[in-house]
Amino acid sequence: MLTVLSIVLDGLVYSSWLFIVSVGLTLVYGVMRIVNVAHGSFYALGAYLMASAAGYYFARGLPPAGVYVLIPLAAALIGLSVGLTLERGLLRFFYGRKEIVLVLVTYAVFLILEDVIKLVWGVDPYYAADPYRLLGTVDIGGLPYAVYDLCLIGAAGALGALLWWGLNRARLGRLLVAVIHDREMSVAMGVNVTPIFAATFVLGAALGALGGALTAPEISVVPGVGAEVIVLAFAVVVTGGLGSIAGAGLGALIVGLARAAVIHLVPSIELFVVYVVMAAVLALRPQGLFAAAAVRKI
Amino acid sequence: MIGKTIGGKAIAKFNFGRGFCLKGLALTQALLALLLLGRAAYCQGDQPKSIKISFVTFLSGPAAGPFGVPARNGAELVVKALNEGTMPAPYNGSKGIGGRQIEWKFFDEAGGPQQQVAQYRQLVEREHSDVIIGYISSGDCKALAPVAEELKTLTIYFDCGTPVIFEDVDLNPHYVFRTGPHIAMDEVAVGRYTLAVAPNLKTIAAINQNYDYGQEAWKLFSAVMETLKPEVKFPVVQFPKLFAGQYGADISAMLTAQPDVVFSSFWGGDLEAFILQGNARGLFKNRLLVLSAGEPAMYRLATQIPDGTIMCARGPHGVFAPSNELNRWFRKAYHDTYGIWPVYASYKIAMAILGVKTAYEKAASAAGRTPTTDEIINALAFSKWETPSGEVELALANGHQAIQANAVGRFKYDPQKKEPEIVDIKYYPARCVNPPPGVKSIDWIKSGFKGAQCD
Repeated sequence: MLTVLSIVLDGLVYSSWLFIVSVGLTLVYGVMRIVNVAHGSFYALGAYLMASAAGYYFARGLPPAGVYVLIPLAAALIGLSVGLTLERGLLRFFYGRKEIVLVLVTYAVFLILEDVIKLVWGVDPYYAADPYRLLGTVDIGGLPYAVYDLCLIGAAGALGALLWWGLNRARLGRLLVAVIHDREMSVAMGVNVTPIFAATFVLGAALGALGGALTAPEISVVPGVGAEVIVLAFAVVVTGGLGSIAGAGLGALIVGLARAAVIHLVPSIELFVVYVVMAAVLALRPQGLFAAAAVRKI
Repeated sequence: MIGKTIGGKAIAKFNFGRGFCLKGLALTQALLALLLLGRAAYCQGDQPKSIKISFVTFLSGPAAGPFGVPARNGAELVVKALNEGTMPAPYNGSKGIGGRQIEWKFFDEAGGPQQQVAQYRQLVEREHSDVIIGYISSGDCKALAPVAEELKTLTIYFDCGTPVIFEDVDLNPHYVFRTGPHIAMDEVAVGRYTLAVAPNLKTIAAINQNYDYGQEAWKLFSAVMETLKPEVKFPVVQFPKLFAGQYGADISAMLTAQPDVVFSSFWGGDLEAFILQGNARGLFKNRLLVLSAGEPAMYRLATQIPDGTIMCARGPHGVFAPSNELNRWFRKAYHDTYGIWPVYASYKIAMAILGVKTAYEKAASAAGRTPTTDEIINALAFSKWETPSGEVELALANGHQAIQANAVGRFKYDPQKKEPEIVDIKYYPARCVNPPPGVKSIDWIKSGFKGAQCD
């Protein structure tokens, strides 16, 4: 019984983390049709910025509870600075090109940002564990769980709800949905796609950075941390269906629960369980769980 | 004088060599004839100016911080001191190596075995390296051993841990040496120490990275335990992906099993993340933590690592190093230069450089001239030399694999000094924790450590 409870809780925590780190990737693809390899760099930048900012914050002796404000601030800063610069300064010149060209462009950006990170932060690991420890632990079924981890479930739920509300109720969101559904028709109906693209990329970058900033307190932030995440995030969004936010949620849930179950029951296959799930889903539904089959226009 | 041909192509190579000495037309014609035959020839006459050493360590990626950069720093420090002649005895006899200045370059080990094989070829064919010292990753070492033998270049592995290099991959090594002991020594010493500290332990949970090093470390450590205390059980054995970073489920599985001991060969960011997450969830409370490669993290995570953690530095390096003149010089010079203390990777690369110097000078002395690569190899095989971490001996794999004494101790944080320290250090003689020549590590452990000399 304890094992089942652990699988569910660990799975939910990991799924929440996966959803947070991958939702920006699927959002950018859904609107802009860009498989953004640089998403991993946004994650890394968010993690480094949070680790540095938290270190600075505690060194100043500021009230500990306030450190959590730095998480959305770090995400917003990366989105508005790096995200906007990249979209306006580089990506917009490649719109209309084949998707593979954008993959190569964002891969180049990823490599450049990796070196920028190395230039700024060096190669030494950074950690800022205080925000993780401060919230303490709670006993569930006899097992101590970090409250910070459980908060990730809440954060993912809130993020999912906010995105759902934004896309379905807010004006900008409905415009986004229109662009996702049919870009040409949206333009024909008078939607100005340029600011929508910029806003989407900034939001996608901020979500990537949010994933990093939320993760920084529980890991050691090291060079290459973004490369690990982009592979995982890509597996999740492909499982759920590229471009589908609900798909990213379901994909993260399936992958997270499967990984937790394997760790508890058959740890020797943990290494590839994520990819087994992805392969199984794609074998049955090549477009992923939620993505609609592409409409062929004549 | 050595010429060599690879695939019909002449490979120009310094061979601890010297500039071409073209004396007259006849010699030029002879040289051209040799080149046409696919052989490069070099002259012995002039005193060579420098020795080219290419160092390969992680300068980027997750292994750069804990190992790669400390190794680069250690190499830079020792090479500069040798060139300036400022190292203490016994390395104060001649500047550089045998009076020749060391010309050095650093190369990044990141990118995986395939990239490293391509880079290695460049180091030989384009850089004309006389010696290549490097490689932290066990995967890289495995991939490169046959290539190094094929390209006939003196190659010194200074760190990579897997014992299979000379036990399975390169069974008749000639050009490849490993001046750092392999991990059988670590796991045997840590296993013996763990049982001395907790003789009544019944269960061990383990978490190791899922690649060569992590798998080998667990195979050896679990074999040590099964040999020394057969009733020990391993209720949880986790192999997360390298650089996974998220260990929530692994920690839950360990907490559910309630083991007496938690063992890990983790290193770098993975080790730090595991300690941060395990600490926060009380995994190490009233439980013995054993970290067979924990030493590089002891300063960075000084306030996070639980007191009493059993720790090893993969040899008598860092705080485990003996109190000798070389070590005092090394620690002070390193700290003065880089502002931090050296960790085991810094020590191990120093061992490799000093091994090459010792062998070169021995070979030069015997030959009475600049030695050939083969003469240096013959001088290096089965040799012993002094290092900041004590004596090293190339005793295994036909004199190509080093053994060394090992040390294990327990971590303790001193809140007054705000510094970590290692207490209750126990030293194990080299032949107590290393297999005898010709015996595979795992077979030796399973045989009950036959022939071990522990007194």
